[in-house]
Amino acid sequence: MSKSFSEQLMAWQAGVDKMLAKRPERKDEFSTLSGLPVERVYLPGSPDEAYAADLGLPGDYPYTRGVQPTMYRGRLWTMRQYAGFASAAESNRRYRYLLEQGQTGLSVAFDLPTQIGYDADHELAQGEVGKVGVSISSLKDMETLFDQIPLDKVSTSMTINAPAGILLAMYIAVAEKQGVESSALRGTIQNDILKEYSSRGTYIFPPKPSMRIITNIFEYCAAEVPMWNTISISGYHIREAGSSAVQEVAFTLANGMAYVQAALDAGLEVDKFGPRLSFFFNAHSDFLEEVAKYRAARRMWARIMKERFGAANPKSQMVRFHTQTAGCSLTAQQPTNNIVRVAFQAMSAVLGGTQSLHTNSMDEALSLPTTEAVTIALRTQQVIGYETGVTDTVDPLAGSYYIEHLTDEIEQKANEYIATIDEMGGAVEAVEQGYIQREIQEAAYQYQRAVEEKERIVVGVNQFQSEEKPPSDILRVDPKVREEQMAALEALKAERDGKAVEAALGELREAAINDANLMPHILTCVKTYATLGEICDTLRGVFGEYQAPTTI
Amino acid sequence: MRKIRVLAAKPGLDGHDRGVKVIAAALRDAGMEVIYTGLRQTPEQIVNTALQEDVDVIALSILSGAHDYLFPQVMKLLEEREAGDILVMGGGVIPEEDVPAMKEAGIAEICGPGTNTQDIVKFIQENVKLS
Repeated sequence: MSKSFSEQLMAWQAGVDKMLAKRPERKDEFSTLSGLPVERVYLPGSPDEAYAADLGLPGDYPYTRGVQPTMYRGRLWTMRQYAGFASAAESNRRYRYLLEQGQTGLSVAFDLPTQIGYDADHELAQGEVGKVGVSISSLKDMETLFDQIPLDKVSTSMTINAPAGILLAMYIAVAEKQGVESSALRGTIQNDILKEYSSRGTYIFPPKPSMRIITNIFEYCAAEVPMWNTISISGYHIREAGSSAVQEVAFTLANGMAYVQAALDAGLEVDKFGPRLSFFFNAHSDFLEEVAKYRAARRMWARIMKERFGAANPKSQMVRFHTQTAGCSLTAQQPTNNIVRVAFQAMSAVLGGTQSLHTNSMDEALSLPTTEAVTIALRTQQVIGYETGVTDTVDPLAGSYYIEHLTDEIEQKANEYIATIDEMGGAVEAVEQGYIQREIQEAAYQYQRAVEEKERIVVGVNQFQSEEKPPSDILRVDPKVREEQMAALEALKAERDGKAVEAALGELREAAINDANLMPHILTCVKTYATLGEICDTLRGVFGEYQAPTTI
Repeated sequence: MRKIRVLAAKPGLDGHDRGVKVIAAALRDAGMEVIYTGLRQTPEQIVNTALQEDVDVIALSILSGAHDYLFPQVMKLLEEREAGDILVMGGGVIPEEDVPAMKEAGIAEICGPGTNTQDIVKFIQENVKLS
């Protein structure tokens, strides 16, 4: 063992002891089913300098082996199932059910009109209200959504991007009504617009003003909502759109670098906002490649933040990430097989050191999941967490020749992509030129051809097919939801103080034109019960709307 | 014989375009001319584009569940514009039990997840009416 590493190990051990005195691990001693003791972390026989530089210790730079020294021995990941139903009241019931079932965090799915900044009564909302999540048109809906859920006790993740600042403002306003200060709020907004342009499609404004809104949110939250994760830089949707694991890492980190650069350009300090950046990755079917992917992403980001951006705070260097199993890997054929796929994918995320996890439900290739399917998905996480033993030692696959080789390879190949994107001027330019979209499309098409030519086998789809009758028990959204939402909006507009709404929207417009931080103005707007659509329209008037380039 | 002209279209607000782009590439590789609308098209925009571009086929894709409203809406407008001879197909996340209603509305075929692109090519070649 090199002298410097043995010193690092001693310092690490001292840090762990100090931490354990405050917060003990789940058990005093861990052992296998046959009673063999399980250590916190296993190391090579004689760790050399290369080991220290590339792998090191969990909780230490470059964090390849994890962001905490004890990982799941201390606490399991947050089991967080993404859910949102047609109406706020119905979603509220599902959240309270999930919390009773032992879920430890909420994850809100919004419907598409909400995600694109249209109220439920907008023409383009026809047929879409409540379909893929909850419809939120004003603070009123948000109050219903979190009714009787103490916002100082739960952490809430919101999958919202273009209008993220508005939904966050509504959350802050609901908390205020509960008597909870914004400094006590914990959660995440996705707020990752760049992957919307390349992969997910719920953009509103062009890149430049969108990047400005994001830096406004970074700045506002650093002062007012310090425990909030201001962005979840998402590879998930890039992967769902068809990218490879290498591309997922590369494009996600390239997007992350663009946000950091934008914030620095706006005059923010890297260690002020850096600690609140979080990530979101996909857990796909190539089990060992996925494990290596998370490890590579951690190491790469640590190096990027330290070396390129000069971040000194360890928290700025850490990739803390949420994982969701791959929706695109679910098959409509023999849907119960999906339970098995999801279990392996979830296991890869755990072996890769995820901080929170959503497991997909077996029926999601067919429709929104039923309660039974969601419960099985949550139970899958509980089986991994409590029965399999993989949580008892940190980064258990480290040192596998294959895993370490793949980790290195993914880092190298992803760095090559990042160099290409750098040459183009960064991720914003790469998206505007359609480069990232074309790369993803090409990979998606290659994959489809490989499946059709049976180079890749998908059980039940191109091999081992069987006759089956279609499932009948699927979840449906009542089309009446839109009418109800429209009636509620009409009533709201009649009873609120119209002058106050107008004045607040006017001030927001001024702030947008004058380059002021938009967040305080958005908060004022939502408190007057200005609707999501009205706020977005005000900003559309100043910023315009994004026109996507054609890439096929 | 002239090339078959296809409009690949994304009605509604759904941004999942992996499937529609893969289909577009496969149809192009099979020798068809493919026009892609991009995201967030209203039924009116889709029908207008289909008529302007004089297409033989429209391939609609929705993964948000809004097919129940939007697919029949497209069919209704095509009917009104006397373009009922265009072959219309649908794909995405469409529950099996919705398929009869979609076919009733005039959608010739629904291609769910896992459909082989060559089956789609074959279906178009066998069912398209080239005027």
